[in-house]
Parts: sequence; C-alpha cells; structure tokens
Amino acid sequence: MAKVRVLVGTRKGAFILTSDGARNDWKVDGPHFGGWEIYHVKGSPADPGRLYASQSSGWSGQVVQRSDDGGGSWEAVGNEFAYAGTPGTHQWYDGTPHPWEFARVWHFEPSPHDPDTVFAGVEDAGLFRSTDGGHTWEELDALRTHSTANTWQPGAGGLCLHTILIDPANTDRMYIAISAAGAFRTEDGGKSWRPINKGLRSQFLPDEDAEVGHCVHNLAFHPSRPDTVFMQKHWDVMRTDDAGEQWTEISGNLPSDFGFPISVDSNDPETIYVVPITSDAEHYPPEGKLRVARSRTGGHEWELLTNGLPQKNCYVNVLRDAMAVDGMDDCGVYLGTTGGDVYASPDGGDTWQPIVEHLPAVLSVEVQTLQ
Amino acid sequence: MTSISVALPSHLRTLAGVTGDIAVDVPDDPSIGDVLDALEAAYPMLRGTIRDHATLRRRAFMRFFACEQDLSHDPPDTPLPAPVVAGNDVFRVVGAIAGG
Repeated sequence: MAKVRVLVGTRKGAFILTSDGARNDWKVDGPHFGGWEIYHVKGSPADPGRLYASQSSGWSGQVVQRSDDGGGSWEAVGNEFAYAGTPGTHQWYDGTPHPWEFARVWHFEPSPHDPDTVFAGVEDAGLFRSTDGGHTWEELDALRTHSTANTWQPGAGGLCLHTILIDPANTDRMYIAISAAGAFRTEDGGKSWRPINKGLRSQFLPDEDAEVGHCVHNLAFHPSRPDTVFMQKHWDVMRTDDAGEQWTEISGNLPSDFGFPISVDSNDPETIYVVPITSDAEHYPPEGKLRVARSRTGGHEWELLTNGLPQKNCYVNVLRDAMAVDGMDDCGVYLGTTGGDVYASPDGGDTWQPIVEHLPAVLSVEVQTLQ
Repeated sequence: MTSISVALPSHLRTLAGVTGDIAVDVPDDPSIGDVLDALEAAYPMLRGTIRDHATLRRRAFMRFFACEQDLSHDPPDTPLPAPVVAGNDVFRVVGAIAGG
C-alpha cells in the first residue's frame, strides 16, 4: 500500500510526518535541526529516500543537509554558494545600487531523473546547481547577469528566487520566479533566460506592464501540461497556456486575490488551489476564516473549502512554499500555517484535519508519495 | 603541535555532532586563525558557519572570547593568549546576543 511522507520546514526545525495511504493517522518525527530555520525540505522524485534540506540561521548562515534514507539520518554537505565572477548590483528598496549578497537557500528542486542533481534558488536572487548530491554548487549565472538584473528590487522578504519548475519531459526547460523581479523561462538548461511577464499588471510599478519588477509569489504546473502554468502574484491569480508568452487573470470570484502559494491537483490539471489572504498589509485570511479556494475549471470560478479548517478568529498566514499535493488517486492537499499547524485533506480539499499542531511557524510543506 | 580547547555555541555543537568543549590540534605558537583552520579541518560541516568561505572574515554575529577578553576584532594572525595555549583556558566561539 502506498504511503505518504510530508516534509515540513519551520522557523525552529524540520518535521517529518508519515501515514499510510488512508492519510488519517500520522506519525510525527522531529524536530530535526532544532533551533535552526528550515526554509525548505524536498525529496528527489528519482530516489524518494534522498532529501535535501535548507538549514540556516542569522548567526551561522547556510547549511545544506542531505538524507539518503528518507530523513532517518542526515549529512551536512556543501554550503558554499559563490556567485560566478564579480557580482554586480541590483536595486535596493530605495532605488540605490546594492551589491549581490548571498543570504540563504529558499528552495531546493531536485532533478526529476537524477537524485544527485539538484537546483537551489537563493537570496539574493540566483540559481545554483549541484550534480554531486549537494557537495558542490555552481551558479547558473546567465540568470543573475540578465540585462534587466541591475533593475531588480527585493520584495518585503528579500530578493529571493523561491520557485523552480522543471519540465520532466524536457529538463532543459525550467521556469523560475523571483520576488520582486518576476517569472523567467529557460529552454537551454539555464544558459539563457527570458522574462515571461507579459499580461501581469502591478500597481506599485511606474509602468504597470513592465517587463520585470512584478512580485510573483508562486508558480505551479501539472507535469503533464508544462505549457500551462498557474501563478499566485502579489495581487491576482494568473494562468498562461503558452509557457508564459501571455498571462491572463483568473481571479474570478475569489474573496481576495492576494495570497502566497498555488498548487495544481495531481489528478486533474485544471483543478487548482490557492489560499486567499486579506491584503499585502494584512497577511491573514479574510474574516478570520482559513479557507482554501479550489477551481475545477482552471480558474475564474472558485469554491471555498472550509470543512475542518478554522472558521473564526484565525489570523495566520500560509507562506508560498507551504502548500503541496500528493500523488494519490484522491489527491491529498496539505498546507502549513505560520501558527504552526499543518492541515491535510485526503479528498481534494473537501474535508480537512490538522495532522500536527503547535509547531513553530511553518515555512514550507512538501509531500512524497511512496509506493 | 599543541592541543587547544574550544567551546562552541549550542547550535554549532549540534551541527558538529559534539557535546561539551572540543580539542583541536594546532601548530606551536598558534594564532586565532590557526584555531579556526584546525576547527574547520576537523569538523568540515562548520565551514562557512563561523567565517565566510572565501574571505575568511568572521560572520557578523559570531564572536571570539578567551581569558575574559573579546578577541573578535583581532586580526587572524593574532597569537592566542598564553593561558589558552597552556591549556588553562578555553577559546570560546559565541553567538552574539540578539533579540529582546
């Protein structure tokens, strides 16, 4: 029988939750790396035992942890993320030039086919790759040296590369997203990049339709439909059906189109999930009700899922990497809150239950489906 | 060679997989930099967590103390205080106090 493993990164450590395919009873293991911020933990699709964890602290910087046994044991591997050449400058919040400085890894994206190949999205925005299981890291610097890069400005959380999507049928094609530069696509494995932000509108920009400068919060696609990408932007939920050449808004009847994560149902590429958040100033759900919005029509028409989620006095946030789906026949959906709870739905969002409560603030949630 | 006793902050003891003070072997007449070199050679997982990989500059919130002196701003080639070399005191790596 299939099993499910949920990888949770928090402000003060990592936790690993496991269940059988029914997804009702959960075993909680952790904290791993107690006291450290764990921005992200993700498993290799090619070898589910292989996990990569981003461990960091304001005192001691970045550590990369790797497990070869599904989190039973860990090894600290390479943590040297050196930008290629002499890093230039991006814009600071006040518009002045600011040198590129490495802060942390926000997101690991293991290769779909090789457990030793993994990509790291970092702050200040850059993309690194390891082909030796995390021991050494090389920057794919064509992104950071893009002609627009000296105009990129950080979002409130920093100038972070937080999303990496790899087309499993053509790994030379990748999408990445940077707050607050926007979305970019490569067709040649990272040798060159182009901004893909046409159709995005951001009121905070002097040119609302600018080529870059949009605060993209998260991207998601179904691996069978890599040309169709969904986006949760600072405000607005968007989709493209031509690999980012043109985006259209699909916010429809959402109670708020501000939010952070977006996910695609593993069984239906037109079913998507977002978590509406009140506003850019109020990072909590509208009306104090934690609701997941599901569209079965690829956007525009949304239903609010509430069964099992707190519906009063709830003022938590769900961060951009803190929602994920499993690969079961009835797609499971998982989200973690800044209040330290992780909720799971074994039925595509119809019903929810907390599968662990009272953790430190949740930074990321990933799911592995194990056969 | 001389054996120096080093105290790490708890989060780095956990990372290094050690408990209590640790001993590292350094050349005779050791400097602060020699201790850090030896520490990173013995515990490679600590590389980058106390000082920068490339510049070897101390990370801003990590501090060095020994013999009731703050050695944080001393150049890396500064000789270690004699009591530390003699084994009568400990070289302390300390995480700066931050927060309210």
